[in-house]
Amino acid sequence: MIPAAFEYYRPTDMAGVIALLQEHGDDARVIAGGHSLIPMMKLRMADVPHLIDLQAIDGLSGITVSDGAVRIGAMTTQHDIIASAELAAAAPIMQEAALQIADPQVRYMGTVGGNVANGDPGNDMPGLMQCLDAQFHLTGPDGDRTVEARDFYEAAYMTDREDEEVLVAVTFAAPSGGYAYEKQKRKIGDYATAAAAVQITKDGGTVASASIAMTNLSDTPVWSEATADALVGTDCGDAAVKAAIAAMLGDIDPTEDNRGPVAFKRHAAGIVLGRAIARAWSRA
Amino acid sequence: MKDEVTREERVAGLKGMGCSRKRVEDARFTQGKGNYVDDVKLPGMLHGDFVRSPYAHARIKSINIDAAMALPGVTAVLTAKDLEPLSLHWMPTLAGDKQMVLADGKVLFQGQEVAFVVASDRYVAADAVELVEVEYEELEVLVDPFKSLESDVVLREDLVAEDGSIPPGAHGPRKHPNHIFKWEAGEEEATNQVIDNAEVVATEEMYYHRTHPCPLETCGSVASMDKVNGKLTLWGTFQAPHVVRTVASLLSGIEEHNIRVISPDIGGGFGNKVGVYPGYVCSIVASIVTGVPVKWVEDRMENLMSTAFARDYWMKGKISATKEGKITGLHCHVTADHGAFDACADPTKFPAGFMNICTGSYDIPTAYLGVDGVYTNKAPGGVSYRCSFRVTEAVYFIERMIEVLAIELDMDPAELRSINFIKKDQFPYTAALGWEYDSGDYQTAWDKALEAVDYKGLRAEQAQRVADFKAGKTRKVMGIGLSFFTEIVGAGPVKNCDILGMGMFDSCEIRIHPTGSAVARLGTISQGQGHATTFAQILATEIGLSADSITIEEGDTDTAPYGLGTYGSRSTPVAGAATAMAGRKIRAKAQMIAAYLLEVHDDDVEFDVDRFVVKGAPERFKTMKEIAYAAYNQAIPGLEPGLEAVSYYDPPNMTYPFGAYVCVMDIDVDTGVPEIRRFYALDDCGTRINPMVIEGQIHGGLTEALAVALGQEIAYDDMGNVKTGTLMDFFLPTAWEVPNYETDYTVTPSPHHPIGAKGVGESPHVGGVPCFSNAVQDAFRPFGNRHTNMPHDHWRIWQTANNLGLHD
Ligand SMILES: Cc1cc2nc3c(=O)[nH]c(=O)nc-3n(C[C@H](O)[C@H](O)[C@H](O)COP(=O)(O)OP(=O)(O)OC[C@H]3O[C@@H](n4cnc5c(N)ncnc54)[C@H](O)[C@@H]3O)c2cc1C
Repeated sequence: MIPAAFEYYRPTDMAGVIALLQEHGDDARVIAGGHSLIPMMKLRMADVPHLIDLQAIDGLSGITVSDGAVRIGAMTTQHDIIASAELAAAAPIMQEAALQIADPQVRYMGTVGGNVANGDPGNDMPGLMQCLDAQFHLTGPDGDRTVEARDFYEAAYMTDREDEEVLVAVTFAAPSGGYAYEKQKRKIGDYATAAAAVQITKDGGTVASASIAMTNLSDTPVWSEATADALVGTDCGDAAVKAAIAAMLGDIDPTEDNRGPVAFKRHAAGIVLGRAIARAWSRA
Repeated sequence: MKDEVTREERVAGLKGMGCSRKRVEDARFTQGKGNYVDDVKLPGMLHGDFVRSPYAHARIKSINIDAAMALPGVTAVLTAKDLEPLSLHWMPTLAGDKQMVLADGKVLFQGQEVAFVVASDRYVAADAVELVEVEYEELEVLVDPFKSLESDVVLREDLVAEDGSIPPGAHGPRKHPNHIFKWEAGEEEATNQVIDNAEVVATEEMYYHRTHPCPLETCGSVASMDKVNGKLTLWGTFQAPHVVRTVASLLSGIEEHNIRVISPDIGGGFGNKVGVYPGYVCSIVASIVTGVPVKWVEDRMENLMSTAFARDYWMKGKISATKEGKITGLHCHVTADHGAFDACADPTKFPAGFMNICTGSYDIPTAYLGVDGVYTNKAPGGVSYRCSFRVTEAVYFIERMIEVLAIELDMDPAELRSINFIKKDQFPYTAALGWEYDSGDYQTAWDKALEAVDYKGLRAEQAQRVADFKAGKTRKVMGIGLSFFTEIVGAGPVKNCDILGMGMFDSCEIRIHPTGSAVARLGTISQGQGHATTFAQILATEIGLSADSITIEEGDTDTAPYGLGTYGSRSTPVAGAATAMAGRKIRAKAQMIAAYLLEVHDDDVEFDVDRFVVKGAPERFKTMKEIAYAAYNQAIPGLEPGLEAVSYYDPPNMTYPFGAYVCVMDIDVDTGVPEIRRFYALDDCGTRINPMVIEGQIHGGLTEALAVALGQEIAYDDMGNVKTGTLMDFFLPTAWEVPNYETDYTVTPSPHHPIGAKGVGESPHVGGVPCFSNAVQDAFRPFGNRHTNMPHDHWRIWQTANNLGLHD
């Protein structure tokens, strides 16, 4: 478990980062908290001859909430998310989800940017961002651009981000209504067997809007419009939830691994989603 | 002289047996000041690392080391060819087989050691490992022992004669090239007859999955060959340092007095550190070749993939009883998957360990056990993971068979156990498979446990829960896990227990210093058990000096007396007995010194806590401190100066700790997630030396039991790839997953042990695994479950519920 040799850089501005990325192309990667990247390097599954640390760049971390708009800097840690009262008020699902990621040690280091940029289907933040309809802000040699979280993920570890681009921040509109992040895992520190992010708004006794994303049940996060559609306009009763689960099952494509066979994962996904909907509805 | 101190205060001051003395080791462990193998850093030391096989079964066509040797900082790359002239390319195993040190022509399991790179630091070594080019030709892989026994693929060509015949192995005839041994105990024909004619018979097949002890500290060694004085010093993660010295001497030809083996602090062993690994041998050879110290420390994945596994027993049982539930016979057959080499760590004459304790705590008149050992393309091992030799398997087997029989009889499993317990007045009790149980009072312990948890109330609650479930009011089922276990620990009597010919005695040597403090050295080695704390307590009580004034040393073969090490809960039963016996020799001499000083006859003084007093005149006494001083500064007629003693203890019998455990569990049938509501553990380990240390041992053992029962496994795919090679997939519970444990006890001393102690470090694991498993199985019993295999992780529990139609 010893990584191959690498050069370490700690630029102090973004221009320096981009220059290094341009110079070394495929051979370079940025490192944020290192809690996905370093294990991969130690296993020699990732070969990174040039490692560019983002720690010394000002302005990449921090949470701001203004006029109902949330901005989270890429280097903001999962611990920062849990600790932010402002964010807990604006988007409580962030805190509920972050508390279910890994363990406190990992959360002190792991960042939002690393979590969403990594492209690991096991990461919890990508599905969450899709549920919140977030935007990812990238900067690169050709300037800045924004990508919708729902368009960002292409396949496992494959995203819309170019090799020479850096994720700077995520933004989203503070959600309203009820929320829930429900995750089944084998133990503390484990990735999801199945997880569901749910936001629901209520109008009288019926569902006015819903947004639902599933984690670790395909090679990308699954934001399922059909699932939300099955709920909208209903009383969120048993029949509606059943229909939502059926719609979700049409959109996921889990594979067998040590967490269990496909049939179990599909069943667990349905249960997890049903519970998330019930909790979100009770809070709506 | 007037004594200001009361007798109670004197007793308390000793910190002897029975008190919860704080662990003296913890000051350094909690401050990060332990000294482990990887902390050993010697001038000029080189670092070794292994090239390992990616294949489970392959022929090696070629090995090219040129690119690796060309890397700056690489000193050597050893292959089997380099070890062959020294006859070290293979080594003997503890089980009478032999094992490749480095792949000799073929590889037999994924992760097998192929070449050993020696370099200036670990980073260079790791880079060089990647540069060694090995050409493999893949062979058919056998991961299923049943298929292995029928396959034409010969795994161990070295064990087939040129004419194709199969020579016998270390444990008798072999029926197939991939067969290792058949070991039997009891009367098969008589047992079959009993079972064939019985009123009620229950049969079951169960797989006790392969798992791994996974100590937090992985295995490693540092070898330092001093070519000037011819001495080899070897630091390592050794649970049996003296045995390692003897083996190292026999293998290397270096005389035993020129080898010093040191086990420094060990970060957990649990059986994983009993055997001898290729890394140890390679670090020694590399140091001899290079003339400088060489360190080898494996990483987590190497530890899980290549060092000793545990369990992997396919067990088939038949149990018979009368209609009233009195058990009449037990038949057990095991197909034991030993992997590529038979490297089980068992006493030589017991290739299946003490599996023949599988009649458990019950008075079963007729029984038979047969075990077939089989080679497969998996890592070797088969060690006793926090248990005495194969006792966890045995107890799991009988505690499952009892449950299955209870189902067959439609009887409460607690009652069925009561009906069949060996009764208090039957001890010493000779079991059908040969062992003589020393002492026990099972019914008392059982009744205490059932009462503590309100067993009747729990059953009523469970019945209500079943009704609620069926009525659609809940999706959670409730299980009550029971287990009553008897262990067999403290190996063992030299007449039938040895390892590589070394009798399994143990030893203690005590030196009392003039000012009344002492050092005691033992042949065992703590891996976290707290020996420095508890052995000092035994001595304090025996010799009347405060435990705080007694240093316990272990693990250095140059200073400690010969012993067989620590595993199988043998330290207290064997070395603890040696400690008490050596202490008594000290006391006997002290009595003579006291009598001389008090000017009375030897028989006129008696021992009292920390002194000898003149009988009938308690104001006339000499404290042990005074006696110690006198031993060194007075010329006492007829007595040698000094106060020292050595004892080598050959136990007359094993000890048989027992216990009664109850687990209450709620299971979500939809997610398969179990929630442990309550865990009650009553242990009887005989005389209790330190209640706090006992409690700590029980918490640890139960936690490892929870791990094994609920998820911890070494799983292979059909190609022999290890699927659970990291801690993401190999389940090590944290504080989060662990329930609150309630501990309790009864005390039934061992009649043959000098202080009546029986050993406790492993009981909770042995009794815990069936208890957790039975809780899961019991939750589904009302819905038709008989048996499902461990590990009961979420998806397998879900599968059980699914198979029973609970998701329809
Ligand atoms: C034991 C353990 C358990 C875990 N459990 C979970 C879990 O349950 N759920 C979960 O979601 N995660 C889990 N993780 C992962 C953890 O949350 C990681 O920290 C996170 O996935 C990555 O964040 P990081 O800051 O550590 O990124 P790094 O490891 O530094 O980087 C990850 C990848 O993202 C890239 N990257 C990082 N920042 C940027 C950026 N600003 N712009 C462009 N690319 C970037 C890197 O180049 C790299 O390829 C676990 C990790 C461990 C070690």
